[in-house]
Amino acid sequence: MANKQLIKGNIALAEGALQAGCRYYFGYPITPQNEICEFMALKMPQSDGVFVQAESEVAAINMVMGAAAAGARVMTTTSSPGFSLMQEGVSYIAAAHLPCVLANVQRGGPGLGNIAPGQADYFQAVKGGGHGDYHLIVLAPASPQEMFDFTFLAFDLADKYRTPVLILSDGIVGQMAENVEIKDSLKPETISKPWALTGARGREANVIRSLWLNETGVEENNFRLQDKYKIIIEKEVRFEEYMTDDADIVFIAYGLSSRITRGIVDKARKQNIRAGMLRPITLYPFPYDKIKDLVSRQCKALFVVEMSAGQMLEDVKLANEGRAPVYFDGTLGGRMPSEEKILPQLKTIKLS
Amino acid sequence: MAPEVIFKKPDSLREKIFPYCPGCGHGVIQRLMCEVIDELGIRENTIAIAPVGCAVCGYDYWDVDVSEAAHGRAPAVATGIKRVHPDKTVIVYQGDGDLASIGMAETIHAANRGENFTVIFVNNTNYGMTGGQMAPTTLLNQVTTTSPCGRSAHGDGFPIRMAELIATLPACQFSARTTVADVNGILKTKKYIKKGIKLQNEGGGYSFIEILSNCGTNWAMPAVKANEYIVENIVKVFPLGIYKDTTQEKGEA
Ligand SMILES: Cc1ncc(C[n+]2csc(CCOP(=O)(O)OP(=O)(O)O)c2C)c(N)n1
Repeated sequence: MANKQLIKGNIALAEGALQAGCRYYFGYPITPQNEICEFMALKMPQSDGVFVQAESEVAAINMVMGAAAAGARVMTTTSSPGFSLMQEGVSYIAAAHLPCVLANVQRGGPGLGNIAPGQADYFQAVKGGGHGDYHLIVLAPASPQEMFDFTFLAFDLADKYRTPVLILSDGIVGQMAENVEIKDSLKPETISKPWALTGARGREANVIRSLWLNETGVEENNFRLQDKYKIIIEKEVRFEEYMTDDADIVFIAYGLSSRITRGIVDKARKQNIRAGMLRPITLYPFPYDKIKDLVSRQCKALFVVEMSAGQMLEDVKLANEGRAPVYFDGTLGGRMPSEEKILPQLKTIKLS
Repeated sequence: MAPEVIFKKPDSLREKIFPYCPGCGHGVIQRLMCEVIDELGIRENTIAIAPVGCAVCGYDYWDVDVSEAAHGRAPAVATGIKRVHPDKTVIVYQGDGDLASIGMAETIHAANRGENFTVIFVNNTNYGMTGGQMAPTTLLNQVTTTSPCGRSAHGDGFPIRMAELIATLPACQFSARTTVADVNGILKTKKYIKKGIKLQNEGGGYSFIEILSNCGTNWAMPAVKANEYIVENIVKVFPLGIYKDTTQEKGEA
């Protein structure tokens, strides 16, 4: 029997982490993701795990680095200002090839912004965020169920590629409650970690590092990272298509925006506009090829909907390579996309 | 009959020449650390943290599992490691810029949580690796590259006494200040490092060993003079001694 519970997205994310075998959680309170910290504070000790309320996000991400170096499945979660504070540590973790799971339940920004949902941390999430040439695998859930599923998946991906994986969510997906199937029969993959720090018993000492002062060390590490990203790009692109087959206009939206956009597509279809939607699930790796494919065939226009001034828009334009006109609706400061505003615009777009 | 070996390189110290300036205390302190690891037989059970600073390449010299940490973050990284491996010996090695400036929050909070690890704190009153800038531990009137007219209490503040500060935290079990500027100090330093690590291995809690160490190059002094300077002057600002020892409080010498 499926175990379905009416829970918030934030709780679903935390359940997904527990199900994936995460037993170490370090975090610092920030709205709109406090439920995760609070859930972990209660559940970790009950599951023989460890919860530490860190003194800051800076400390939290470095505790994550330590636990990851020690070979554990470990997670921290935060919201936009906190994720900014973590960037130094994320760069070190990526450079040192350490697996961990991070979540940014985005709020309005920049600055202290507000506690409404946002999608304006896209650049920070997919282009690196901290210093140096690195990427995270970025998963964008659009529902509490996906908060569970993607977090579970994130741990396997992190271990498989020895890389930090980011759940890029937002205040609404985190706060909304829906029925979530807690898939308690799911088994996490067990991947051995011979590189982990466990005490050098009967083997050479292991070192976790991101510094090389010789001429070639850092360049070699960068090649290693880039080789890894090539495989990730090849193997891990994920997206969902909604009525794109015959679509003249394809919306591109992720996370919360994709839920609203789905409604717009349905209404447009009722008005005999052949609309569809492509929802990137991985924001890194981004479905460039899929978009290129769409605009190379029947699709005559793209329409990007996101809660930012146009961040994913840049990746869509890169994929489009000037083939189709790209329209955009962006909302700022924690405001959500509006059907009433976007739907009438479709009438003015020439699709023949 | 083969002659008896009475002094040798510790096994947990790699066969490698230290990169430190002639006479620098870092080499002495790291040797002591490795002697203690050998004597306690914990080489295969130890995880150390190399900080940002002159000791950053610690893993090139210490033959134990090691993680780097970002500047100041060693106590947070150590917290993560120790929470995963409570049965391993975790040694945190940090300089004064690292520990008392950029990493002050991590330092205080790890001590305040009573993390069960041992901190070896090398106080050379400046930022050695970056070329001798002012640190929170720089003495008043001490000339550094960023206090060219000498550190002024007005504007630069006062040297921070970490061993005393840490000792005020209830979860700290052992806090002491020693030096490697003379033989007596070197012997005491080893004793305190050993005490801290033993305390940790018995599940006793957080220990902090502050070590006054010379930075001859950046102080523009030959090593011998730099060591004399510690013994004659620096100890007046940073008095040597044990500031907290709960094993004593419990009456166990
Ligand atoms: C975030 C960050 N800021 C600054 C630096 C540059 N930096 C490297 S070492 C160092 C000072 C280290 O001094 P200290 O901790 O006293 O150790 P010592 O070198 O004297 O042993 C600084 C500021 C850095 N690596 N990272």
